[in-house]
Order: sequence, then C-alpha cells, then structure tokens
Amino acid sequence: MIWVNTVIEGVLVGSFYALFACGLSLMFGVMKIINLAHGDMAVVAGYTAIFLVPKFHLAPVWSFVVVVPIFALFGYVLQRTLLQKAIDRDPFTTLLVTFGLSVIIENLLLEIYTANGQSIDIGVLISKSWQVSSTLTISYFSLVVMAVAVAVLLSLQLFLSRTGTGRQIRAVSDDREAAQLCGTNYRHIFGIASAIAFATVALAGIAYGISTEFFPSSGGANLLFAFEAVVIGGIGSLWGTLLGGVLLGVSQQLGAHFSPAYQVLGGNILFLAVLAVRPQGLFGKRTEM
Amino acid sequence: MKKVRNLDHGADSLVTVRRSRINPLYTLIGAVVLSGLLTWAPWFLPAADVSILQNFFILVIMATMWNLLAGYAGMVSIGQQGFIGLGAYAVLYFAIKGVNPFVAIPLAIIVCAIIALPVTYLLLRLRGGYFSVATWVVANTAMLLILSFTLLGGGTGAALPGLVNLSPDQLNHDRYLSTWFVALVVVVATYLLLRSRLGLVLSSVRDNEVASRSSGTKVTSTRRLIFIVAAAGCGAAGAVLAISQPFIQPGNEFSLSWTAQMLFVSMIGGLGTIEGPILGSIIFFALQQWLQNWGAWYLIIFGAVAVSIAIWQPRGLWGIVRDKFHFELLPVGYRVNDATREPVPRKSDGPSWRSRFARKKDGPESVAT
Repeated sequence: MIWVNTVIEGVLVGSFYALFACGLSLMFGVMKIINLAHGDMAVVAGYTAIFLVPKFHLAPVWSFVVVVPIFALFGYVLQRTLLQKAIDRDPFTTLLVTFGLSVIIENLLLEIYTANGQSIDIGVLISKSWQVSSTLTISYFSLVVMAVAVAVLLSLQLFLSRTGTGRQIRAVSDDREAAQLCGTNYRHIFGIASAIAFATVALAGIAYGISTEFFPSSGGANLLFAFEAVVIGGIGSLWGTLLGGVLLGVSQQLGAHFSPAYQVLGGNILFLAVLAVRPQGLFGKRTEM
Repeated sequence: MKKVRNLDHGADSLVTVRRSRINPLYTLIGAVVLSGLLTWAPWFLPAADVSILQNFFILVIMATMWNLLAGYAGMVSIGQQGFIGLGAYAVLYFAIKGVNPFVAIPLAIIVCAIIALPVTYLLLRLRGGYFSVATWVVANTAMLLILSFTLLGGGTGAALPGLVNLSPDQLNHDRYLSTWFVALVVVVATYLLLRSRLGLVLSSVRDNEVASRSSGTKVTSTRRLIFIVAAAGCGAAGAVLAISQPFIQPGNEFSLSWTAQMLFVSMIGGLGTIEGPILGSIIFFALQQWLQNWGAWYLIIFGAVAVSIAIWQPRGLWGIVRDKFHFELLPVGYRVNDATREPVPRKSDGPSWRSRFARKKDGPESVAT
C-alpha cells in the first residue's frame, strides 16, 4: 500500500511539473531557445499574485484571473524586444541573455522582497482533502492542479492542431523562412508562442505559491524539474512532457521513500539514466537533439 | 615567446606575418615585472587588499575557464559550480585524511579531471541549451551526493583541518601565494593551449563546424578535452577557495552564483580573448567595492550590463579595444602586415571586420555573405 501511495503522490507532483514544463517545451519547440529564466518567471508570478492582486480586491484563489493575462502580455513584449534581438544574433546569445535575466530577476526579488519565504494564502481550501483509505489522503488542491495541467496540455494540443494560429505556430516551428515566405510574420508568431508559454508558467507559479512557501531563489529548482520533465518525456512532445513530469514525480517520491534527502537525487538519477540510454527522451525524435 | 616570422615572398618582400603589433619583448618584460610585483604583494600591501586580490584571482581562474569553454569551444556550461564544489570538497577530504591542504590542491585538480571524463560521455551528446541545463543537473547531483557523506560535514559543512599550526600571518601569505600561483598557471596554460595546434582547431570549429569536421578535425574529442581542462581549472578554483575560507559548506561551494559571476565577467570583458576575462574581473571587483553597501545591486547592474553587451556588443570590451586599435597583449593568432596595403586584421581569430559588418543585418532571413 505504501508503494501505491508513493506512486499516487508522484503522479500528482508530476502533473504539476508538467504544467511547469509545457511552456519551456513550447518555447523550445517553436523558437528553439531554452528560457533559462523560466523558473524565475514562475516565482515572479507568485510575487505578483501576493503583492499586486490584493489591489484588485480579489480573493487570492482568483489571482490567476489577473496574473495570467499580465504574464501573457509580458511574454509577448519580452519576446518581441529582448529575446528576438538575442535570437537574431545566435542561439548562444539567447542562453547568455536568459541566464542573465534569471540572475537579475532573482537578485531584484531579493532586494525588493528580502529573502523571506512567501506563500499565497487561500485559507481553508488548501487543507480540504479526500480520505481514500486509512493511509492515503489526497488534497483537493493537488487534484485541481492535476486537472489544470491536463486541461492546459489538452487545450494546447487542440489549439496547435486545430486553429489557424496553431497551424502558423507549427509552420514557423518547422521552417521559419518558408512560413515567412507564405505570409506569416514569424516574429509575431514567436510573440504569441511566448505569450502562451508565459501564461502557463504564471499558472504554474501561482499553483506553486499556493501549495508551498517560495523564495526569490526558488526559480532554479523549478527550472531544473521542468527541464528534466521535458527531456525525460522527449523534446517537442507535449504528451511526452506530461509523462516525463509524472515519471519524474514518481522517481522523486521513490527517492524520498528511502530518505528525504534523496528526493531530488531520485529525479536526477532518472534524468541521467534517460540521457545515457535514450538521449532523445521517451517520445522524442533523434533529429531534434 | 612571440615569434616574428617573415614569409618568403622573394628577396624584397614587404609582407610580414606576426602575432602582435607590440614588440613581444615589451609584453614579456611587462608580464615578468607584474608577476614579480604580485608575488611580493603580501609584503607591502595591507591585509585587506591582499584578501581582495586573492578573491580576484579566484574569479580570474573561473572566468578564464568559462571563457575557454564558451568563448573558444562554444559550450555554454551553467554547471561549473559542480567542479568548484568538487575541488573544494576534494581538498577537504584529503585534509581530513591527513594531507597538507596546500599539497591537496594538485590532487583536487586531478580528481576533478578524472570525474569530468565520464561526465563528458553523457553531456556531449547534447547541444546548446540542453547541454547547459544538463551541466546544471550534473552539478546539482554532485552537490546532493556530497551532502550525503557525513564525513564531509553533510549539509552543515565542515572546517578545513591542517591549517591551525600556521601563524595567521604565515597562513594569509600562503593562501595568497597559492591562489596567485594557481591563477598564473591557469592563465599561462590556457594561453599556451590556445596558441598550440588545438587552439587552431578550436578557432576552425567556432568559425564553421561543418567545414572543420570535413577537413578532418576531431570535434568531439577536442570538446571533450576542453571540458576536462575546464573542469580541472574550476576544480583548482574550488581548491584555492576552500583554502581561503575557514569553513566549507555545500550551499556556498556549489552555488550557482559562481557560474553567474564567471559568465558575466567573461561576457563583459570579451568572450574569445585571453585578456577579456581578466579585464572583466577587474571591472567586477571595482563595481563590487564601489557598491559594497548596496547588497546585491552590484550583481543586478553587472548582469544588466552583461545582457546588453551580449546583445549589442558580443565581442565584449576587449573586443572593442582589439577591433579599434588592433592591439593585443596576449595574442593567440597571427596578423598579416602588408606594407603595400592598409593593415588587415588577422583572420584566424574570431570574425574579421568584414563578417562583423555582415553580422549587423544578420537575421534568419538574410543571405550569408
């Protein structure tokens, strides 16, 4: 029964990682860049929810109504200005620029809000849970996060496969020059992809802020887990990202089962094993490495 | 050290090929005088300045290694703090086992190089950003593994034994001198490495990997070698860092801020030049001293400058100096001086002025020139 608990716990945590990772996966898929500031964006979303949302007289549960559109806009603007400039130079520059952004954001948060932990307080909702058996309780909040993760991935998949904009995104992802020749403004499409990625990372950041205490320096670990989920699942595959997140969550819980100190190590070992045996990930194509 | 070579273009050739515009003898004399001064520094500088100089050398070692990785071999690692931590902990391990900490420095360097070899087989399969984050995962794993050894102090850290029988003055001198000599060896070794055949291979890979591969360059094994050298160098930085601190803690030695510093410093100074990281380190320390009462602002400002430089002036400050004045202190390539024509910048090292102009309009849609 302990093993079942561990696996269920892992699946719940893992779907949260997948929610984190889908923005990273989308930005890599479309723009071929890794946003090293991805984890810090989630932390910024958490701080925005705490310090900006009360000004709108909203309950903290509804903070995503404000934060997600702000982040989508922010993502579009950042992409069209700074990130596009870096992409125009070379992939190397995008890494340097996003890493620089990550360090700047982390230290700015440290200077403005100190190193103290923060969390988004949603009152009694967080403690409500479902008693499955004598040894297993699942909090409703983690179920909601899992449902949100699956819904986001599903609607992203539908958006990319069924809508006109989604088709343009896929076209730009395949060959941006050819898409440009066919009348698509690839810079605008990059902006849209980035807006979607930032909106999902805002959701993930709020979920993270509700479920646990976070610090200015929390972004790094978030990026690490999101990245591990993307690579385990396979680069460029959204469902792979979900599976990767779940596998990561389960292996972390298995590690934690042996000793709390081995939680992150369990995930890292799975990641390195996948890298050694199947570097393209479980659902990835070798050419995309 | 710096050869002046005349190409044989007939009896009265006007074309000369040489490393630098400055007479190499002057550079050599300058380097020897400066080295002598820095070796004597603890005897005439106040202790606080010596300590700043010591931290400066640690940063120079790290930045030179990061520059070798990213500026010459094109590998953007954000996991070098892993090797810094491993170097520091190797010194701690040997010191606990009874080895003199100063003797443990070279041992720690060897340990880091040995650990780096199997790691390259995992990491070099990845490209670009995936390589970057994977180096971070490796560094994180190394830290978590070190944490689980109670001998090494676990999460709380441990004091470095073996230094108590030295007087405080003696200890400070030894710390400074060991750091300075390690920095000197690292910079000189990097310089010689880049002037060798390997440096030429690296330049060719950086300029055009496909062309380089097709002319028989062993790209992967060259990258592997550079990764191991950089791991050993960062291990050296970690080892002298361990000696310069009374207490060794995983959160400090394995901190991502080391990588942030080495990255910013090399970017601002100029990637792909030997002088760049040193210049960047000087600017970094000046800024840090100037803003020392302002918390983390020096890092924020430095990061913002580094990001702007990456976008608008990717060759860094030393790159500007080199392009404007054709001036180099530690040249690794050659320049051709044809007395019948205008001076032409040499081609073997980085994009020439022609391709630099082409880069300005360089978008995905532009045609390669």
